[in-house]
Amino acid sequence: MNARLLPYLLILPVTLFLCVFFLYPFILVAQQAFSNGGEASLQNFRDVIGYWKFPISLRNTFLLAIIVVPIQLALSLLMATMVSKMKKGRDLVLYVWTIPLGISDLAAGIIWLAIFEQSGFLNSMLAGVGAVDAPVNFLSYQNTFIVFLAIMLAEIWRATAIMLVIIVAGIGLIPKEYYEAAEVFGASPWKRFVKITLPLLRPSLQTALILRVVLAFEVFAVVAALGGTLFPVLMGEIYSYQFDLQNGGNAAALALIVLGISLAFTLIILRALRVPKGATI
Amino acid sequence: MTMSTRIAAAASAITMIAAIPASAEVLFWSTQARPAEEAQAMRQEVLGGFEPGVDYQPNEDGPWLTRLQAEDQAGSGSIGVLGALHGNFSAIDPDKLVDLGDMGITASSETFNSLAKLGTDTAQYVPWMQASYIMAASRQALDYLPEGADIDALTYDQLIEWSANVHEATGEPKFGFPAGPKGLKHRFFEGYLYPSYTDGVVRTFASPEAVTAWEKFSELWEHTNPASTNFSFMQEQLLSGDAWIVFDHTSRLAQAFNERPDDFVAFPAPAGPAGRGFMPVLAGMAIPETAPDKDEARALVEYMMTPEAQIATLRATSFFPVIDVELPDDLPPAVKAAGDAVAKMSAAEDANPGLLPSGLGDRGGDFDRVFNDTFERIILAGQPIEAVLQDQKTALQRVMEETGAPCWAPDAPSEGACPVE
Repeated sequence: MNARLLPYLLILPVTLFLCVFFLYPFILVAQQAFSNGGEASLQNFRDVIGYWKFPISLRNTFLLAIIVVPIQLALSLLMATMVSKMKKGRDLVLYVWTIPLGISDLAAGIIWLAIFEQSGFLNSMLAGVGAVDAPVNFLSYQNTFIVFLAIMLAEIWRATAIMLVIIVAGIGLIPKEYYEAAEVFGASPWKRFVKITLPLLRPSLQTALILRVVLAFEVFAVVAALGGTLFPVLMGEIYSYQFDLQNGGNAAALALIVLGISLAFTLIILRALRVPKGATI
Repeated sequence: MTMSTRIAAAASAITMIAAIPASAEVLFWSTQARPAEEAQAMRQEVLGGFEPGVDYQPNEDGPWLTRLQAEDQAGSGSIGVLGALHGNFSAIDPDKLVDLGDMGITASSETFNSLAKLGTDTAQYVPWMQASYIMAASRQALDYLPEGADIDALTYDQLIEWSANVHEATGEPKFGFPAGPKGLKHRFFEGYLYPSYTDGVVRTFASPEAVTAWEKFSELWEHTNPASTNFSFMQEQLLSGDAWIVFDHTSRLAQAFNERPDDFVAFPAPAGPAGRGFMPVLAGMAIPETAPDKDEARALVEYMMTPEAQIATLRATSFFPVIDVELPDDLPPAVKAAGDAVAKMSAAEDANPGLLPSGLGDRGGDFDRVFNDTFERIILAGQPIEAVLQDQKTALQRVMEETGAPCWAPDAPSEGACPVE
């Protein structure tokens, strides 16, 4: 076997798989988005952007991403540093922290719904300690802020672990010598974190952030479970175009808009966290 | 035995196993009777009597249509009979359904028979069963009825006063409205509020009377349980006591009456200045062009239209027969309660029956969205009524112009697309 051809041969199955199940459907979706009654047109995009709920769902999706992702980043960095300092029971703690990863996002939404709904755990607890007389309806249109808060909490609980896992792996790759050298020169723990851990963690941070940000723009099931139609997000609108209105063209157009936003953010993160040429760990 | 003969034997065994149900049973692909108990009752009580056997599969609207479209695109299919609401059928191209006009089976209502033609000149589906939307209340709410009000002839003003009385007495808003994501709130606006106040739905969408209607609804909303935006089946809130006075589809109230028949009353929808608006719900059966055995499918449709099957369906789903049948005395409590309320509603002197939206094709969802959006903006977001109606009017106008749907009752007939005035 020609050694130069072998790598290509090995990636051939994956390439074929992606072409059939990703590229081909993607082309069909793009076709659907840019055509209207068989003709090439931008009508689908005009429709979805002109709809009064579009700015609201766009704002909600961004708001959620902008608030949730930084909190998750900070939390996962903190948790990863703690884990890497542990001598005993490190694996056990990691397993427990990553449990939410194994739960589907709809199930996660329903778990948090069980806490926040009118007959939920939070209300029984508040009533139990005598803080409220009658169950309070937290998830109502009158308190959209609490709806937002509940969705935020559920998202943080559910998806921090995915960043944690990547960052823990990244921290494990940083050679101990740097820390030892820094200690010799009397650098404080904070200084070691900022000057050694963070810069050397760039490639992991890049991966973690890209994954998480793309997922944040696709948020759907948690929002559907907790907010229903009270907190419209882009993915929910795509679902309603496709299934409530049976309008595949509009759904495809909005899906491409979400794809565009995800791509833009991926490029921004790639650029902002790029590793300079020749710099390696 | 060589490897290849073994594989061949295994393959033929698999085909045989797979082929047995396919050749014997008719696949009844339905959007109705979805709750597990109803589906079970359909299988055992209703379809058990059909000799060749039926595989009854109820589904959500989305997956229901997706599979139908997939079979159509593939050019062959396994679905024998389709069961769905009029709205589901009107979203399908009539060419993809077998013409059923030659079957000679019709509903006793001419309106239903003409709706079943889906704009063509022959029946595309056979009317199967019907229902409507009614009001229901807990008996404990009856003490707070406004003085002189007759529960069988309420007006919207009396309903508001009644809900306010209950609100004041219990300290909690107890009117319940199915405004959840799966709730049928749009039907209330299209078939009840608008006809009762404006004597129309499309023409009068942004009229001064419509402004009054939304003002009245806002008043009612003050006494409505704010958790209504999560309610989809009002029987649950009736049973839990979260709502005492509710509006919903008869089959979405059935559980409450069947579980505790003595605790609840059913009564007609209220009347407004333009009469007592109300709307029927119509389900039908059709046969897709891709059906594997069309004769057997026709036999199943015929079977479903026999008086025995229609009454069994009524017991199973709380949907009423569409043919003239003698109803037995031992019907479930929900059926009796709902039947009485619907009868009073249609026999009322001020009755102003509306029709299901028709001629909208696959744009029915867009039509409903206009009303749902108007509700969300006026009631939930508190935007000014007139401005919202003017804005939503353009969306409604577009749906009507693009489909060319003529007006339906109670709107006055139109030539061409129904205009929004």
